[in-house]
Amino acid sequence: MKFEVGSALSIAAILFTVIVVAAMLIWVERRLLGLWQERLGPNRVGPFGLLQVVADMIKIFTKEDWVPPFADRFSFLLAPPIIMVVILLSFSVIPFAPGVGVIDSDIGVLFVLAMASLGAYSVMLGGLSSNNKYALLGSLRAAAQMVSYEVFMGISLLGVVALAGTFNLREIVLSQADGWYILPQCVGFLIFVIAGVAESHRLPFDIPEAEQEIVAGYHTEYSGMKFGMFFVGEYLGVVLVSSLIVVLFFGGWLGPAFLPPIVWFVLKASVFVAFFVLLRAAIPRPRYDQLMNYGWLFLLPLSLLNLLLTGAFVLWQEGM
Amino acid sequence: MLRLIKDTLISQVVTLWKVFLHAFDKTDTVEYPDVKPQMFSRWRGRIILSRDPDGEERCVACNLCAVACPVDCIALQKAEDEEGRWYPEFFRINFSRCIMCGFCEEACPTHAIQLTPDFEMAEYVRQDMVWEKEDLLISGTGKYHDYNFYRIAGKKIGGKDKGEARNEAVPVNVRSLLP
Amino acid sequence: MTLLFYSAGAIALIATLSVILSSNVVHALVYLIISLLSVAVIFFALGAPFAAMLEAIVYAGAIMVLFLFVMMMLNLGQATEDEERAWMQPSLWIGPGLLSGILLLLFVSTLLTHDVTLAPVEVSVRDISLLLFGPWLLAVELASMLLLAGLIAAYHLAKK
Ligand code: SF4
Ligand code: SF4
Repeated sequence: MKFEVGSALSIAAILFTVIVVAAMLIWVERRLLGLWQERLGPNRVGPFGLLQVVADMIKIFTKEDWVPPFADRFSFLLAPPIIMVVILLSFSVIPFAPGVGVIDSDIGVLFVLAMASLGAYSVMLGGLSSNNKYALLGSLRAAAQMVSYEVFMGISLLGVVALAGTFNLREIVLSQADGWYILPQCVGFLIFVIAGVAESHRLPFDIPEAEQEIVAGYHTEYSGMKFGMFFVGEYLGVVLVSSLIVVLFFGGWLGPAFLPPIVWFVLKASVFVAFFVLLRAAIPRPRYDQLMNYGWLFLLPLSLLNLLLTGAFVLWQEGM
Repeated sequence: MLRLIKDTLISQVVTLWKVFLHAFDKTDTVEYPDVKPQMFSRWRGRIILSRDPDGEERCVACNLCAVACPVDCIALQKAEDEEGRWYPEFFRINFSRCIMCGFCEEACPTHAIQLTPDFEMAEYVRQDMVWEKEDLLISGTGKYHDYNFYRIAGKKIGGKDKGEARNEAVPVNVRSLLP
Repeated sequence: MTLLFYSAGAIALIATLSVILSSNVVHALVYLIISLLSVAVIFFALGAPFAAMLEAIVYAGAIMVLFLFVMMMLNLGQATEDEERAWMQPSLWIGPGLLSGILLLLFVSTLLTHDVTLAPVEVSVRDISLLLFGPWLLAVELASMLLLAGLIAAYHLAKK
């Protein structure tokens, strides 16, 4: 079993970078949304409004951190860190470039899936412990949505795993040296993107926190840094799903040699982060039952079919 | 099946593309404190009381504006000078209640009360939002330059006797038998 | 790895005990999840990373989510908590405690009489797949047929 861990310094550097990038995304998203809605977005604090993130952080840290007296304290405090920890742990198996990465593990894909499924607890416990009907509705929706879309996410990944013949994300990247998996696995890619949006409950699938219907969903009662953790966790999820898309379907750090590998990775990942924001700017939220129907009646058969055809193709190729 | 794909995939992709194209359009935002927005002359903003071309107060304290006001934010008291001219003794608008509907301007028979395009009316103290006549009165005629109520109405005031108003015939002398 | 094994084992024991002792259902569920995760770590320490991940995905990630889901619908309040506390009476513990004590005795005696050493054997994903689709092919096919039946039934229900 291959199980290599990077040096403490590189782990710290990756952790720091990932968190800073996620925090910066708050600003990036607002500017991009402004761009696509013919507005400006935050541009007052610092050059181009870059220090907006710092201002937001100061605000969020100095806000009153309030636990409602009717909440279940134990689970209420437990919920927000779960999402942060779980998503940061998922980053540990992502290969950013040759030699850059925390763990090089043979079960990388499975680890990501396991962490994604644990992420559901954060949302569920948060909503349940708030003792608030809107929070409860939000977390009910979140639970159903995340459990369902995990299934399609997993199955759509298996096509790539079958082609690469390994669960190791680094080897998956290396096996794309002569052709990215986006071409043979375009159906898997589509399903993965949709499921990824649903997993990180971003718009248009932010049904668990649909402001117009259920206040703020599962984090209605949260404030201060506890809310901040949910917030940053969401952006971390965006970065994670974008990196996964790049690693699984777009050849990770591979690219023409005139740019260093890590730059290729960052470039590709940024395209998908921007795509996530574009999704938010363009597409309205579906109804809850539409989302579930779409998943179980359309995505599930499609992803199974995709897996079947991929398997048949791999077998046929080996027979030749 | 094909319809499902068209509804769920193609239409979404088209939407995404169209929204993406907005990136190349001009932004609509006006960066307000740095760039002042272009206001329209009929914008309903801060209220003023105007004067007639002779420089006298136009308001005749008829109370029509106060009656028309849906939020009852105008208060005034009629007074009369020795020559018969009516004027408000005080005229008070509470801008923290005013909804800038413009009904007062519509109701005013003398074009005295007018709304202007000035919208920068924020105050730190609520009491400062209550404006008195001295604050409201301007030295010009506002939007209507040559209208002068007392020159048209038949009321007798100092310097203008009965029959001297515009288009007004001299009053009939009922005691005379001459035509 | 030995240290990992023993610490994960200790956590699993403590968490499982807390599941039994806590009167709030949600807290009990959280402890149960922790216990399952530490069992996954034990699998990992024993050299079965695939089993560890499946434990985390299937048990901690899917089944427990469904438990929690049902818990949300049930609207449990203070009354249930009091009821749970009432069930903690010592008299109710005698039977289960006796039975599990016997089980523990058996377990310890087996451990003492047989020579058991903690020797992790590497089991890679490839080995498992070869086993599953080699000697155990029939069982896998039967299980998959069962799952397919479930899938089609679920599809049918959702279609309605
Ligand atoms: S604008 Fe409307 S609300 Fe304001 S004073 Fe005039 S009538 Fe009243
Ligand atoms: S402002 Fe116009 S409507 Fe109001 S009291 Fe004066 S004359 Fe009458």
